[in-house]
Formats: sequence, C-alpha cells, structure tokens
Amino acid sequence: MADTKVLVFCEVQRGRFKKGSLEALSEAKRIVGKAGGGSVVAVAVGNGVGDIAGELKAYGPDRVIVCAPDWLEGYNGEAHGRIVAEIAKSEAPTAILVTATLDGKDLAPRVAAALGVTIATDCTAIDSDGDGRLSVVRPVYAGKAYATIKIADTPQVVSLRPNSVPVAEAEGAAAVETVEPSFGAGDLRYTVKAVNAAKTEKADLTEADRVVSGGRGLKGPEHFSILEELAETIGATVGASRAVVDAGWRPHADQIGQTGKTIAPTLYLGFGISGAIQHLAGMSTSKCIVAVNKDPEAPIFKAADYGIVGDLFEVVPALTEELKKLQADG
Amino acid sequence: MKVVVCCKRVPPTDARIKVASDGSGIDEEGVQFVLNPYDEFAVEEAVKLKEAGKAEEVIVVGVGPADTAAVLKNALAMGADRAVLVKDDAGYRDPLSIARALADAIGAEEGVGLVLCGRQSVDQQSLAVGPMLATIAGMGCVMDVVKVEVGDGTASVHREAEGRSEDIEVKLPAVLTAQRGLNEPRYAKLKEILKAKKKPFAEREFDFGEPRATIEKLSPPPERQAGKIVGDGPGAVPELVKLLRDEAKVL
Repeated sequence: MADTKVLVFCEVQRGRFKKGSLEALSEAKRIVGKAGGGSVVAVAVGNGVGDIAGELKAYGPDRVIVCAPDWLEGYNGEAHGRIVAEIAKSEAPTAILVTATLDGKDLAPRVAAALGVTIATDCTAIDSDGDGRLSVVRPVYAGKAYATIKIADTPQVVSLRPNSVPVAEAEGAAAVETVEPSFGAGDLRYTVKAVNAAKTEKADLTEADRVVSGGRGLKGPEHFSILEELAETIGATVGASRAVVDAGWRPHADQIGQTGKTIAPTLYLGFGISGAIQHLAGMSTSKCIVAVNKDPEAPIFKAADYGIVGDLFEVVPALTEELKKLQADG
Repeated sequence: MKVVVCCKRVPPTDARIKVASDGSGIDEEGVQFVLNPYDEFAVEEAVKLKEAGKAEEVIVVGVGPADTAAVLKNALAMGADRAVLVKDDAGYRDPLSIARALADAIGAEEGVGLVLCGRQSVDQQSLAVGPMLATIAGMGCVMDVVKVEVGDGTASVHREAEGRSEDIEVKLPAVLTAQRGLNEPRYAKLKEILKAKKKPFAEREFDFGEPRATIEKLSPPPERQAGKIVGDGPGAVPELVKLLRDEAKVL
C-alpha cells in the first residue's frame, strides 16, 4: 500500500550512526518494498547530528529529518523521546522502527506511549504484508520461547535486536530536513549531570559482531587478560557469565544472560562457562557458538556449534596464536 | 511521600518453559511463579527508603491473574505496607495496556512521590512498562538505575547505560526502573510473612478495551543443529580455526 510509511530513529554514538540503526533502515526499505510502495523517513536527534545525517542516504531513506538543538548533547531519554514523538505526530507513519540497543530500549516505549500506542521490543524478525502490517517475532522467557506478535495499533512501534537483519545499501534521494523541538532544556524533568563513558572504541556488548565470554573456569579476575588478548586479536567485545559477575570479577555491564544482556553476535566464544539455562538464554541467538570447557558434559556443548574439551588456560593462548597467524597470512 | 512498586509474577529464571500444545501460551502446570527478580530490587529499595524515613508508605501494585496475590504478599513480607491487585486474566497483555492499568491504580493514590519498577520482567522482557507508565502519568523516568538518593523534590540517581554510566537528577514524582546492582533484596523472615497476611490488600478493576497486540503463536526456540566436539586440548585449535574460517565462514 503506497501510504505505508516507516519512520526509523537513527541512533548516534561517538559521532557515528549505530549499525543497528542501519539494519532498521534496511528493514524499513524491505517493509515498504513488500507493500509495493510508500516511504522511509530517517530521523536523527541531538546536537551535531546534522553534520553526519548525509551518511544515512546510502541506505535509501526517502527523507532524512534532523532535530539538533544545541542544548541536547548526548542521549537524554526524555528529550529524545519527546522529539521523536513530535516528529511522529506530524509525520503520521504506519510503523516506527528503532534498534534495540539500551538507548533504543529506553527511547521506544516513551515514544509509543506518547503516541498512545503499544510496542513490541527486541524483535529478532519482522514479516510484513502488502498493507505494511507487521508480524514480529520476539524471544520471550529469555529465549525459551518465541512469540509471533501482531500489533493492532497504528503506528506499529517495534524495536529490533541488533544483528538480527542484514544491512543493505540502497539508492536514496533524500535531502536533509531540519526541525526544531517545541520545548527547551528547561522543560525536562530530568537532567544528565555527568556521563562516565567507557574509554573504549570496542562495540557495545549488545551489538558486538564478535563476543569472547568467560565464566568461573577463569578462576579469578586477573585471568581475564588472556580473554582480552584474544578479543583484541579478532576485534571482539568481552562478556561474562553471571557467576563471574556475582563474584565481583567483572562489572554488571558485562553480564550475558537472562538477568544480563542479550546478545546475537556472528561469533560467540565461551570459555570456562558451563552454560546455565539463564546464560544460554542470553546468547542462544548467536550465529556461531564456540565453547571451550574441561567438562565434556557441560551443557554449553549442547548449544555450541563447535566445542573443544580442554583446559582453557592452554586452549586460549593457542587460539590467540593461531588467529594471529591467520591474520598475518591474510 | 508514598512510594509505589510495580510487581509481576513470573516463572523462575531456571524454570523449563513448555509451550502449550495449542501455541497460545506457556503450559503453566507445575510452574511455581515468583516475584520478578528485578521487581525484588524495586521492593527492596522502597522498603529501604521507608526505613530511612524518606517514604511514609510503600504500596505494591500488580496487574495479573488472581495468583499474582502471592507475589504481592511476598513484597508485603519484605516490608511493603499494602497491596493493590488489578485483576487481569488475559494470558497475554501488551505493555501499553499494563502501563495504563498501573497508571490508573497509581492515579487513585494521593501523594505518590516515586514509582519503582523492575527494569524488565523476565517473562515478556519488554523493558517498556516503566517508561510507558511514566509517560502516561506525566512523570519523569530514568531507566536502569543502580543508585538512588531521594532529596527534596528531586532524586539523584546513577544509571548504567551501554558503554557509559550517568548521574542524573530527576524531579519527583518520577518512575525509576531498577537494574541489578541497585541493592541485595532481603529474605522475608517468618514473622514478616505472618504479618504480611494481615496487611491491607485491595483489588481493582480496569477496562482494558480491545487488545492492542496479540500473540499469534508461541513456539519453542528453533532447534540448533547438534554441534561437534572438534577435539581435546590445544591440539584441536588449528582444526577449530579452519572450521570457523571455511565451514562457518565467521573469520
């Protein structure tokens, strides 16, 4: 249906658009394509985003709308939420897509509620029909079941789990339009007083393409250095099991699992992790799972594509060496 | 001020989940529902605020079937003062509808300064009800808080975001969603469990209207193909790398 209109919120971090947002834009193009026409509107919010908004054109939006008040530095859920809701009210899209990063998970429900509609979050697949109506799949019960959901409300607000759909470049003729919010910094109910950013260029755990994860088998926090070296070699982000976080070896932010982060990387490498059901829940949508554990009966081997039974303190350095060799050979 | 805590009943995180044969929901037989673990953090924080003299009353509110009463009573045993159950027998209820029902119940209370929710339920894991409730109620909302200090008309909170953490000042009333790390929830003592049985417990109705979203189908997770054990010890590493490169094509 030609009046299918998908609005995509495009998240910016450290001056770049998130890969998950490009995935959402690509998915929006597919929805519009299936509907036999319509439009994709990309929305970017925050001071300075106008400078990079042109980069979105490579993913084929029909329009790019920028709202870049100089008082909005970094992410503020309330400000971002109100701005996206204002744009959505004036654009009246049939669907709104957001990448389900932590900021996306913070933002999307605010936008949906401001529009008086419900939401389907952290979806791993979207199907759509000729009318642009979506049928989404979302893991529930920590991935122990998958729910296929149809939203009756319009717009259909959906957040999409990073790494769930491919990014596709597309022709776009979009000019960048600029809008102003109807409110100012003084109207907000909350103010970000300080931001302590992690000093890393690494991808965030939830959207990392490769993850190296450690469990109790590491025997102590000091031994994570071998995983960090391996991660460094292949450009992976380091995660951990709950046992390790509970023991205080790694921060909460690193925890993968039902009460931690849910990840879907292309490659997941787990070392010294037995594979409690709650951990498997957090990483079972990874595309390729490798497990190394000295216990051949460890449940993680049932979830793994490839396993090595052995002492991780011998296997990890050997693996790092082998991968370095592979890279040196090109 | 009064503090409201939103509570949900969920299957424990180590429960085996069986999809009902008609695909409409989960097979609840034998499932021992518990208070959502993230809601436990929220209840603990509210009770601590009361103990510190910052809150006069802690009210726990839940939306769900009749047996939600049991987890609300757990919250009472942890130190909350009274409970309100909004009865809902729908097997699935979308996040906005739950948020509206909670906002309705909270709106019936006077002097609510703070609403605490778990960041997510471990069953539907939408991470949406808290911020939706705040938007409907016209309150500020900070998600994933790991530290809360209530001041005069404002709260200073610390939240964990992706790759960063933030110090935030939010005007009250506000909704805060609790992240792991906020506190260590207490175990209710037997005496408190007995006392909880006598605490006020009210029921409310809410007109949910037409469903805003429906579960068409609930399926077990896709079967993963059985993996292979490449070998034992570091000797298996070259073969593993070869498989990752040539078979899985992930290197």
